[in-house]
Amino acid sequence: MKVCVTSSGPDMDSPIDPRFGRCAYFIIVDTDTMQHNAIENDAAMASGGAGIRAAQTVASTNVEAVITGSVGPNAHPALQSAGIKIMTGAVGTVREAVQKMKQGQLQQISTPGPAHRGMGMGRGRGMGGGRGQGRGRRNM
Amino acid sequence: MIITVASGKGGTGKTTVAVNLALSLDGAKLFDCDVEEPNAHTLLRLGELDAQSVEMPTPHIDQDKCTLCGKCAEFCQFNALFVGKDRVLVYPEMCHSCGGCSIICPEDAIEEQPRKVGTLFTGEANGISLVFGELNIGEPIATSVIKAVKSRMKHDEVNIIDAPPGTACPVIETMQESDYLLLVTEPTPFGLHDLEMAVNVVKELGIPHGVVVNRAGIGDGSERKFCEERDIPIVMEIPFDRRIAELYSVGTPFVEDMPEWKERFRDLYGVIEEVVNSGE
Amino acid sequence: MVSEIAVISGKGGTGKTTVAAALIALSEDTVMADCDVDAPDLHILLKPDVKRKSDFSSSKVAEIDPEICIECGLCEDKCRFGAAHPPEIDPIACEGCGVCKLICPEKAISMRDRVSGYLYESETRFGPMAHARLLAGEGNSGKLVTEVRNLGVSLAERNKSNMVLIDGSPGIGCPVIATVTGIQLSVIVTEPTLSGIHDMNRVIELLQRFNVPGLVIINKYDLSMENTKKIEKFCRQNGVDVIARIPFNPIMTRSMVALQTMPEHAPNHEITGILREAHQEIVKKIEK
Repeated sequence: MKVCVTSSGPDMDSPIDPRFGRCAYFIIVDTDTMQHNAIENDAAMASGGAGIRAAQTVASTNVEAVITGSVGPNAHPALQSAGIKIMTGAVGTVREAVQKMKQGQLQQISTPGPAHRGMGMGRGRGMGGGRGQGRGRRNM
Repeated sequence: MIITVASGKGGTGKTTVAVNLALSLDGAKLFDCDVEEPNAHTLLRLGELDAQSVEMPTPHIDQDKCTLCGKCAEFCQFNALFVGKDRVLVYPEMCHSCGGCSIICPEDAIEEQPRKVGTLFTGEANGISLVFGELNIGEPIATSVIKAVKSRMKHDEVNIIDAPPGTACPVIETMQESDYLLLVTEPTPFGLHDLEMAVNVVKELGIPHGVVVNRAGIGDGSERKFCEERDIPIVMEIPFDRRIAELYSVGTPFVEDMPEWKERFRDLYGVIEEVVNSGE
Repeated sequence: MVSEIAVISGKGGTGKTTVAAALIALSEDTVMADCDVDAPDLHILLKPDVKRKSDFSSSKVAEIDPEICIECGLCEDKCRFGAAHPPEIDPIACEGCGVCKLICPEKAISMRDRVSGYLYESETRFGPMAHARLLAGEGNSGKLVTEVRNLGVSLAERNKSNMVLIDGSPGIGCPVIATVTGIQLSVIVTEPTLSGIHDMNRVIELLQRFNVPGLVIINKYDLSMENTKKIEKFCRQNGVDVIARIPFNPIMTRSMVALQTMPEHAPNHEITGILREAHQEIVKKIEK
């Protein structure tokens, strides 16, 4: 199977980059042959929406899964909508992360991170109505 | 008359000056354009407030018409669109509302719909009219809310604007159309440095301006030297006074407790009026 | 891995930079990053010696070729930012969205990179420092913040340091979001004023959204004990620890006027002691 690992360097022995949207490289690995190639992440320097642009790059490589440290609330629905599995909690090198995945030691996540509720102290003052707030949806 | 109170640095007393100036003048209206952190209302006793949504157009995708061609996401400079396997996702908080995606879509599948990005509040406080905006948390673009606040100004009235700190785009947006700019600074190296940045912007905009030194007396006087060199009048000095700091902390505008200051703010207005009228 | 810790405040003028500078003076092997790119002040106290300066260009700006433009007015009509006035573009108003270029029937408009600031790599008496300056009126400070953070992390890696201390910007908008995204810890410097509390609440809400743990330092706490108690209660309810209470004392301003950090200006002062304890709390929290 073909997977994508977020990496801080261009080869299999580079430490993984725990950030999805702003990682330096995506290493595309065939887990059967361990053949791989590196793609520079041009979203790393995006001012906003890095996770979204990174997800678009990854989606174009037709991988089945992404292995990374954590995925932000923007990239999560994007990867899901592209049908890509998300495996988080990876540490060590790219090679080690792929091994761990093969041994079933990585966690596959299917729901976005916790939603955070707003709070209302000191907001009285006759302003009426609290602050309705949805899910965390931003990752710049 | 539009007087904007600004400062290169936050926390120099910009809001204090704006609120006290407005409270000292008959019929003045106060506009808080610091929509990221509106504070003027925390210094005032608010009456009933009217709240109105501030909206921005944001794309809505007709998934039936969409062929997932990807042109919209490719065009978007702000990464607000993602083309998935079977649908296009919209990230409204990334959107700058430029409208480009709906123009470029070859299938006519994108229609813009209004989306709330903040709230415009209008009401009375301490006997004056107050308008302020509040940007929703997590929204990056303040200018639309600032525009909404400014849309409530009437040019034939006395409008006092409390600007956001700094010299970035929300500040420029706020300053434009002003008749006079009051730059509030404090006599510290930080204050002077930020004043210099603000002065550079103001000179570029070509708006008449003067400096208010807050917490006067704590520094080494270098702000006076600076103003002299750059030919900027110091129009008011507010001393470093624990009483003023305490009144601020509990939300009391100091002119209410120290009425002699009302007279000084009125004098200040007189000076501003003269400068503005002589320019016309 | 390098830990990033940001000192932020919501409201300006609470003493954020003074506290950040003191924390730097108390740390060993810490890299500094001034992410308050709209109004950077840390360099005033730290007097960095700039080793490298690079252009920062983040966004695009439209440009009309007056030779080709027929002044049909379509761009002016479609520009949502009031920037297109053919045959000219107002570069301050232009957001770089590219709509004018898209619709121009004569292909008279191109998009070029806009230099909107500078990124600096420097050395100070406390170690390496990453900082920047955004030109007046330029937007997109979020991206410059990201560049300062990246430079800070790479300086830390180069110097075998495991911590970057960030001086953040006021507010809760784009630059602050870019400052706190993905950091390990945030230290909020607030003051017991109504506006200080109001803004701290908004900042804490932002941190919760981004899953960043926070610690609070109350500056000038004795200006209003009532408000200090409110802050403490609010922090307790939201699981945020208050790690220091600094009294109102002009020595903080005097040290700044002397261009020194508190530990340099008054090493044995009560406030320096409070800051030292706060620093230890921060290190403890990071090690956890």
